[in-house]
Order: sequence, then C-alpha cells, then structure tokens
Amino acid sequence: MQEKEKGLNRRQFIKWSVGAVGLAAALTTPLLPVINQARSAGSSPETPAKEAPAQPDKKKRAWCMIIDLKKCEGCVTIGAPPQCTMACINGHFTPKGQQWIQVFQVELSNGGKFFMPTPCYQCENAPCVNVCPVAATYHNEDGLVLIDHDRCIGCRFCMAACPYQRRFFNWTVPELPPEAAFAEYSPLYPVPARKGTVIKCMFCGHLLHDGKLPLCVAGCPMKALYMGDFDSDMATNGAEVVPLRQFLKENDAYRYKEALGTQPRVWYLPGHGQAFGRTTDDPREFKTPVWSWGGDGFEPRPGIWPWGKEIK
Amino acid sequence: MRTRAESYEQRLERVVLNPLSQTTRGYKLFVLSLLAVVGWGLYAYYIQLRYGLGATGMRDVVMWGLYLVNFVFFIGISHAGTLISAILRVTQAGWRTPVTRMAELITVVAISIGALMPLIDLGRPERVWELIAFGRFQSPLLWDIVSITSYLTGSLIYLYLPTIPDFALMRDRLGYYANPVKRLIYTVLAVGWRGTPEQHRRLEKAIGIMAITIIPIAISVHTVVSYVFSMTLRPGWNSTVFGIYFVIGAIFSGIASILIVMAIFRKFYHLEEYLTERHFRNLGYLMLVALFIYLYLTFGEYLTVAYKMQVEEKHLLETLFVGSNALWFWFFVIAGLVIPALIIILRKGPVIPRMVIAAVLINIAMWIKRFAIVIPSLQVPLMPFDFGAYYPTWVEWSITAGAFAGFILIFAIFAKLVPLISIWEVAEGARETPQPRVATLVEQSGMKPEEIEALLSKAVAEKGRSRVEQ
Repeated sequence: MQEKEKGLNRRQFIKWSVGAVGLAAALTTPLLPVINQARSAGSSPETPAKEAPAQPDKKKRAWCMIIDLKKCEGCVTIGAPPQCTMACINGHFTPKGQQWIQVFQVELSNGGKFFMPTPCYQCENAPCVNVCPVAATYHNEDGLVLIDHDRCIGCRFCMAACPYQRRFFNWTVPELPPEAAFAEYSPLYPVPARKGTVIKCMFCGHLLHDGKLPLCVAGCPMKALYMGDFDSDMATNGAEVVPLRQFLKENDAYRYKEALGTQPRVWYLPGHGQAFGRTTDDPREFKTPVWSWGGDGFEPRPGIWPWGKEIK
Repeated sequence: MRTRAESYEQRLERVVLNPLSQTTRGYKLFVLSLLAVVGWGLYAYYIQLRYGLGATGMRDVVMWGLYLVNFVFFIGISHAGTLISAILRVTQAGWRTPVTRMAELITVVAISIGALMPLIDLGRPERVWELIAFGRFQSPLLWDIVSITSYLTGSLIYLYLPTIPDFALMRDRLGYYANPVKRLIYTVLAVGWRGTPEQHRRLEKAIGIMAITIIPIAISVHTVVSYVFSMTLRPGWNSTVFGIYFVIGAIFSGIASILIVMAIFRKFYHLEEYLTERHFRNLGYLMLVALFIYLYLTFGEYLTVAYKMQVEEKHLLETLFVGSNALWFWFFVIAGLVIPALIIILRKGPVIPRMVIAAVLINIAMWIKRFAIVIPSLQVPLMPFDFGAYYPTWVEWSITAGAFAGFILIFAIFAKLVPLISIWEVAEGARETPQPRVATLVEQSGMKPEEIEALLSKAVAEKGRSRVEQ
C-alpha cells in the first residue's frame, strides 16, 4: 500500500518537475536579454555612487585642476560676474552665499591686483578629512575629497581645519529653485543641499568619468581652467589638450600655501590676465555673482529679538 | 544659651545637615527662577532646532561661537574638583577636607553642562549616535569624547566614595517620620556602611586609588579640549603650548569657582566654623600661583608670535591688541590678571570679601579669555577677504544663560541631597588635630582646656566603641 503510494508520488513528481522545468524555460527565454542587460547594468557604474562611483571608463584617475591666471581676468572684459562661479551656482543650485569656486581679488605687493579662482583644492593631505569624527568626509579612489551628507553630523570641525576656507555650511534649510528637488543625490553630486551639513566643491565628480568637463571649466569663457589627470598625464580646457606634467613644468605652476603641506590638487600658473591685455591696475570693476532665485539662502530665521517676527 | 554643651561632632552634624532637612521659601523661589531661565534656554534650543543653526550668529567664516566658548569654560571650571580633592589629598594638605565635597560637586556638574555644549552646537543633533557607531580615533573630537566621559565617570565615583559614610549618617538620622522614598535612597546609597574599621580601610584605599587615577584623566581632558583647536592650521590655535595653557587656565578658573561657591554656602548654610578664613587664604594663594603661571604662558604665547609677525598671526594680534577684539583681550588682562593679583598680594581689607571679588573677576575674565581664544582666530581671513564678523543672537545668549542657570540649579538640588561638607572626614580631621576645637569650646563653655580635653578623649573613646559595637 505504502509502496504503491510512493510509486505514484514518484511518477507524479517526475511529471511535475519536467513540466515545471519546461514551463520555466519557456517563460525565461524571452526574458533572457532583459535579465542579462539588468545584470550587466548592476555591475556597471550606474549603481548608486555610494557602492561604486560612476566610472563608465572603469579607470582610476588622479584628477587635478590647473588654473592659468594669465588668462583669468575676472570676466571684467565681458562685464559679467565670473562665469566659472555662475556655471557652478546654476549647475549645482548652490545655496545663496556659497561660492564653491570663488574668484578672489588678490593684492599684489607692488600695487594692483590679480584674480584667483579658488575651488576646493581636494588636498591629498586634507586637514578636513583628518579631523572628521565620523568619516563623513573622505577621499574617493580618484583622489577627490567628498562629503557623505547622510553621515555628516554638522560639527563643522572640517571647516575649522580647512586652511583655505573652501567649505560651507547649510545653516538652515537652503532656499533652492524647484528643479533642485528632482536632482538625484550622491556625494559626487550633492544636490539638493541639506540643512545642518557641510558642503563644498567636488570637482564635478558626477561629470568627469563621462568624459565631460566640470561646470566651471566648461563655463570659463577665457579657457583659463584646465581639468587634468595625472594617470594619463593629460589636461584640457575644452579647446586644447596639453601634456599635463610638461605643461606644469613649463609654466612655473605653483600651489596655494604650498608650505602648509596639504598638497592641493589645484595648480596655478602665475599671471594677472595679461593674455587678454589686462594690466594689474586695470580699473574695470569685478562683478560679484548673483543668484537667480530669491532670499539670502538662510531664510527663514528667527528675528533679532525673541518676540520679533521671523526674517523672511 | 544652650542648656548643655554640644560635642564638636554633634554640632558639625547639626550645622551641616540642617539645610538638608529644612527648605526655606527663599530657596524655593530661587529654584523656581532658575527653572524659568533653564526653560527659556530650552525654548531657545527649540527655536534653534526648528530653524537650524541659522538661528545663531555663526556663519561660514566664524563657524564656531558661544557654544564652544561655554564648552571650554565649563570644562575649565570642572578642574576645581580634581585640583582640590585629588591633588591636595595626594599631597596630604589637611586643610582641604571641608572643601573637597563642594569642589567635586562643581566638577561633576560642570562636566555635565560642558559636555552638552558641543552637542547643542551640532547641525544634525539626531545623528549624534554616529560618533559611537562610526567614530574615528584620528579625530580630536573622539579624544574629547573618551576623555570627558572617563572624567565624568571618574568624578562621579570620586564624589560618591567619600559620601558613603555621610549617606549612612543621614540614613541613621532620618527619624521615624521621614519620607520612605528618602529613606530608601539614603539606605541604598549608603551600601550598608556601618563604619567598621575594615570598611574604613577599604574606603580609604578606594579613595586613594581614585585620587591618583583622576589626576591624569583631568589633565588629559583639558589637553584634548585644547587639541580641538591646536590640531588646525589657524593663527593663534596652531600652537604647541595650548595643552598646558588650557590645563593651567582650567585650574585657575576652577579655584576661582570653588572660592565663589564656598563663600555662597558659607553664608547661606552657616558654615562659618568650617570654612574659615584660612581656607579662603590658602585657596587664594593657590589661585595666585595659577594666575602667575597663566600670565607667564600668555606672555610667552603672544611674544613668540608677535616677534616674528607672520601675516596671519599679525592679523590676529592686531585684532586682539588694538582691533575689534581689543576690549575683550585687555579686559582679560586687567580684570583677570592684574587686579586679582593686586587684590591677593596687597592684603588690604578682610580676607573673604577680597578673595571672592578676585574670584568673581577671574571667572568673568576667563570666560572672556575663552571668547578671545575661540572667536578672533576664526575671524582672521585665511583667504584674500576681510575679517569675519560674529554677533551672537538671542538664541545663543539664551542657551548660554540656560546653561549657567542649569549649572546653579543642579548644584542647588545636590546641595539639598548631599551634605556639602564631608562630615566624617572633618570629624576625623578634628580628632587628629584637636587644638583649634578646644579653643572654641573654651570660649563657649568657659571650662578649662584640660577639662575639655579629658571630656573629649572620653567622648571619642565612647564613640569609637559604639562604632565597633554597631
């Protein structure tokens, strides 16, 4: 009796399993290309930046920036605010008051001044990375100094440590244009900015591996900014490609506050915009950047007195 | 006139325990007003949580403000306890005993309030657990956390251990009609203390171990607090002397805090017999020593920098000596160093008011000195732009006021639960050196010193026997 039942079950089992395998095969055949595609996409860099940074070319890079001060004339010839800063503001919806790449007017010791665009220097020996208590700011494998805004506790120790004051804090919920809400956040593209966290330039890490130039480099009308890669020993400003090391050597490149030992990844080629005929005592006025959306970036905040109205 | 002469120990118990059993209306009003200030501070913190740190005067250039100043200040005065109870215990300075309890209380309360300050300063306070979960020991902030939590734990133990016999005393003195909750608390806290010689031996040993242990921890605390600043490439902060500079500053303001607290409780708790001019004078001299070391370090710190005049350091010195922060800096020098030193050295007028005035001046000046350490260094431009500005808002002032009120409030509550003078230690000290006590008894009773001596030795012998019998 038991034997009989068992045999029956076995027969049934074989029947069912053959049927199931057949059915599965029939169903999956049309799906295979889709699954394969998904799988390849999974291993490819389209996954969120936290697991693996977006690197379609799968190469490690050693990014650097070269700023040719001979060509930088603070955009006074076009009578506009510095276009690198403007491209950065509009591309990253940087909260008002935050110039991730800021153009300073530096006084020369013999009178006159030159313009110095200052992005985050992405230092190799970065004081900010050293002091972060929770590893929210870190080096990625391309040498960029990034901030994980899901991790940052807002102690601002990194800002105290940065000798270049290239870090900014979102003191309140930043006022942003509506389209900022659609941005997909990653440490390589920290948009939209989050309240209570530190934020800064990240060399447009979201663009680099796609073969695109950072917004400031692409936005510079004078082609004064170069993006370089020490690994392939090349740099470009979008108009020309130069051999990186040779270019630095021939143009007396220097790094800002080299003596601090922070080893910045930004090189300057000395100058004062002479490539476009600017002299050091050029009277034309530098225009400060403007934001196309309202407020001063920190609103609303409580009034000066506890009983007063909040400042809008 | 009392009908029969009290023994020294009875009077000690009566005077010290009296404030614990009675609560005056003035005290209640005082506590209520403190609660109001703390509540206001909490409201300000709520505002800060709602709007973010934009509710403060801090901005991208001066990104730290009053909270960090308060942090350094409170951690500073927490060094009161260690210095008095631990260092003086280790050096066997007998006069310290009536002061130790208050000093340790200051330590515990000041650390608790001080440690809150950096947390209030966080932009994302809800992520504070990450400091434990993802903490990096390369960051000086983690050193702070380790040091301060160790110091708090150590100080709590060190406050508790010498209080055990006093808890037992209170347990025994409660009487039949005492609140059962109170009785339970004292009974639990007394951990079965019966005053046996074995218990005494063990307690003394434990206190001795803690006294030694707490000294390096205390020094490490203020050293790493200074490292938060000196691990950065900022003018004024980028200094090797900061560790000891902060430690000495802490001891300096710590002694000043004890003097103030002593004077207050001496008056309101009628502790004139135990907190004598001698204590004020001795602490005043200790304070003077700390003052001179601090003066020396300040002088060295600024001279070595001013001689070379590196650009950023030059900016800092300009803003400190003649610029927008000159008022604060010179207030510190005049009111925190020169005037207190003159007051202590010149010895014009009664001791206690002199010391208290000096101590109050020093504490105000030391708060301002911490301001002059934290803020101007941040105002100095590191890039080619102008000096940063910092104007604290009402939110920051309210939270600061709340912190100070909280400090006083916790202290006032503690002062109702724990005798502010270590009764058993003072009694023991008096047994060991009976002379001054005899003198007071001679005054009070009119008996001859020999008679009193005989009575006392008899009383002590009886007391000892009864202790053993218990």
